[in-house]
Amino acid sequence: MAYPYVSDHEVRIISEHFGDPKQRRLETYVERGGYQALRKAFDMGPEAVVEAVKASGLRGRGGAGFPTGVKWSFMPKNSGKPHYLICNADESEPGTFKDRELMRWDPHQLIEGCLIGAWAIGSRHAYIYCRGEFFETNQVLARAVEDAYIKGYVGKDILGSGNDIDVTVHQGAGAYICGEETGLMNSLEGKRGLPRVKPPFPAAVGAFGMPSTINNVETLAVVPHIVAHGGEWYRQYGTEKSPGTKLFCVSGHVNKPGNYELPLGFPLMKLIDEVCGGMRRGNALKAVIPGGSSVPIIDAEESARCRLDYEGCVEVGTMLGCASVIVMDETADVVRQVRRMVDFYAHESCGQCTPCREGSAWTAQILRRIEDGRGTEEDLDTLMQMTQQMVGTTICVLSDSVAAPVQSSIQKFRDDYLALIRRGERVGAA
Amino acid sequence: MSEPITLTIDGREVSVPRGTTILEAAKTIGVVVPHYCYHPGMSSPAMCRLCLVEVEGAPKPMPGCVTTVAEGQVVRTQSDDALNHRKGVLEFYLVNHPLDCAICDRSGECDLQDYVHAEGRGHGRGREPKRVFGRDDFGGDVLFYGDRCVMCTRCVRFMSEVEQDHRLTVVERGSRSVIDTFYEEGLEGTYWHGNIVDICPVGALVSKDFLHKARAWDLTHTPSICTSCSQGCNIELHTRDNLVQRIKPRENLDVNGWWICDYGRHNYEWMNHQERLEAPIARRGGGSKAVGWKDALSALLDKAGSLGGASVKAVASPFSPNEDLGALRALVDGLGGGDIVFRSARAEDEVPLKGFPALARRSDLAPNTSGAELFGMRRVGNDDATGGLESVASHDGILVVLGDRLADQPEDFGAGAALYVYLGMHDSAAAAHADYVLPVTTHAEGEGTFTNHEGRVQRFWPALQAPGMARPAWLVVGALVAERSGGAVSRAASEAFASLGPSAPAFGGITYDDIGARGAVINESVSLTGD
Repeated sequence: MAYPYVSDHEVRIISEHFGDPKQRRLETYVERGGYQALRKAFDMGPEAVVEAVKASGLRGRGGAGFPTGVKWSFMPKNSGKPHYLICNADESEPGTFKDRELMRWDPHQLIEGCLIGAWAIGSRHAYIYCRGEFFETNQVLARAVEDAYIKGYVGKDILGSGNDIDVTVHQGAGAYICGEETGLMNSLEGKRGLPRVKPPFPAAVGAFGMPSTINNVETLAVVPHIVAHGGEWYRQYGTEKSPGTKLFCVSGHVNKPGNYELPLGFPLMKLIDEVCGGMRRGNALKAVIPGGSSVPIIDAEESARCRLDYEGCVEVGTMLGCASVIVMDETADVVRQVRRMVDFYAHESCGQCTPCREGSAWTAQILRRIEDGRGTEEDLDTLMQMTQQMVGTTICVLSDSVAAPVQSSIQKFRDDYLALIRRGERVGAA
Repeated sequence: MSEPITLTIDGREVSVPRGTTILEAAKTIGVVVPHYCYHPGMSSPAMCRLCLVEVEGAPKPMPGCVTTVAEGQVVRTQSDDALNHRKGVLEFYLVNHPLDCAICDRSGECDLQDYVHAEGRGHGRGREPKRVFGRDDFGGDVLFYGDRCVMCTRCVRFMSEVEQDHRLTVVERGSRSVIDTFYEEGLEGTYWHGNIVDICPVGALVSKDFLHKARAWDLTHTPSICTSCSQGCNIELHTRDNLVQRIKPRENLDVNGWWICDYGRHNYEWMNHQERLEAPIARRGGGSKAVGWKDALSALLDKAGSLGGASVKAVASPFSPNEDLGALRALVDGLGGGDIVFRSARAEDEVPLKGFPALARRSDLAPNTSGAELFGMRRVGNDDATGGLESVASHDGILVVLGDRLADQPEDFGAGAALYVYLGMHDSAAAAHADYVLPVTTHAEGEGTFTNHEGRVQRFWPALQAPGMARPAWLVVGALVAERSGGAVSRAASEAFASLGPSAPAFGGITYDDIGARGAVINESVSLTGD
């Protein structure tokens, strides 16, 4: 099978059926053992499910890497209020394209994960907030949920267990900031997608003012497998602190870009050279952004040392994020790449917090001026200082995401900036 | 009440109730943490990021407006970290701010100016062209200068949370965010929108009425009470060149919070009226002559003395302060007693401010109806303050008119009176037969108190100089009373107020000091400091 590219290094748990259109059909999913984990979860009871996920060490796949079982255990017991499970399917981080594939190839895997998650936290209603631009994905999901309702896998008295859990697919309207969990909740409620001040945290006051838990698509997609096989089984992959497998979205100057499910702790260079078939045209590696555009960029030397797990990335001064590996070869124009990322963030800033609203647009203006050959060396100092003013001073972390690529690129690729400033020479061509 | 929380702010120990925010706790020791989006009368979105303070143990700077105090917390509002954060945020504000202070109405009372001068960078690092939104007419009294906006959304929240009429919103996002109206009519037809100009921390929302009229630093601010209805909203009169230039609300949580209605806000031109009575006028045998106060009052007393036993009728006004009405009551009683009536306008409906239930524009459109009633005065006439004076107009005894302009009355008003004294601010056709026309001051020119609809006595202070020889009515009438009774003359409004007890026991025991700036409710025990 040739879902765009596959590799022998892969451990395909959640991506097993990528590229197989039959998997979308409920009948096929059930034939292949689907919804058995849900039945098992109902038998185990909510606490045992939370314990199993805790035992697996599964960490949130949306970027922050917070232990999922621990997050679930934050939900109040006997609050007397409705609880909500929300699946964050607003995948918008530049460089990321894993949730889309999980939803369009294997929607029932996600639905089953949502049902188990909802069951674990005492929720009778799960929302899947799907990115607005994912038209096909939204249709696939909506169809799958409809089928599951008809066959009794969702809705009243699921599988004759007496448990009622509804699932609603909510199509977003196309804003990056609605992928921030509290911005998502506002959007879900029909308000402007503005991130909320925390505390209160979603487990206390979430969607519609009720205790809520929000998990990434990939996180919930793994849950049925963990419930089916047990937490220890999941720990056979990955590292002690970062157990399990992870989908890596590799893009950029490699021969075989794509989604690869690999055990955490996989070396970055091995990913590029062996899994992805090496650099495009055999060019030299210049830089890698390992976790989506909001994490610091690393150079070739750091890439050589980088292990792809939560801790390994921090060791080389970056973050695993959502494991969206953007690879740049020697022809890449780093200044232009950074400017484009900052343009994106400036466009997507919700505009609440001053440092982000004004700072992101200002950063983009300065970078554009430098790119046009009208920059000065003081601009670099200004950029370093003013982006520092954007770190940790806002409601959400979008502002920090502007600072990360700017600061890391000025530190590591200062010569590229200086070439533009001093001689108007653009380094690279892409 | 639960135990207070004790924390340390800038090295000083503070005890405040549980649930208090750091920003409010700091206020109690006189530390004002700069802020834009926070307003005590509305929700806190914590988005301006200016009130970031350093809290020991917190990984990030915390917004003081939403972070509640905790036992033993150590807060630093002036540490290097806190100052650096504010300096940074202020720099971001200036990236696109036009800095058109020279032509901005807000200049001199602008929070951006103040904060940048106090803590901002000396020089801007911005070299890029600034964002331009231009100007927009929001309808009503409000003009919007988009370029000056700091996007604090106080105006949006005022309309949605306080007035509860969703007329404003933020459109677009990021640095393209701008405040806009939903409909073509904008703020037109809302009753409280003037407040968004007051709460705008910069010159983004300005009043059309005040536009380019005066510079903030040329204005004198005098605490006063709104006279447009019986709510008794606390206001400030802003004056220049002996003219009221605008009215601004004055905070009083018991009465009007931070707000006033648009009707009251714009009802000030009458205080600047130029055609005023400026000297006492005595009319004898068809002639009329300006005379000095001493001559006028002694002649008036002689005439009154010669009419011993004549019945007395008086017309008062609910726009007169308690001191004036009390003096009138004492005069009428001293002359043998008689009926005092007043007329006042009533609106059909109240106009409530939904988000601040204590406040409404009351249907009683006079500031001191309660006071007049406490002095046993009786309301007559129609709801537009006309009519009802038939028996007074033809009275043949002593007739005293104080404060009512008698605009609807015929020229022969009081023609048959044995003695007709007209005390007013303006001459009136119906004063043609008055033996004495005496000029008195408006509330804006004197000191005194009004009693509002709930019986709250509140003080106002003189903001304007009285024209010519006009004097407060309590002084004029009080002099007549003192002369007749041989008692002491009140030389100050506070003395006049202190002497009200006998005619209206409700006022007994309250002094100007008790009333202070917040007012005192009559028949309620006055809590004194330290009790």
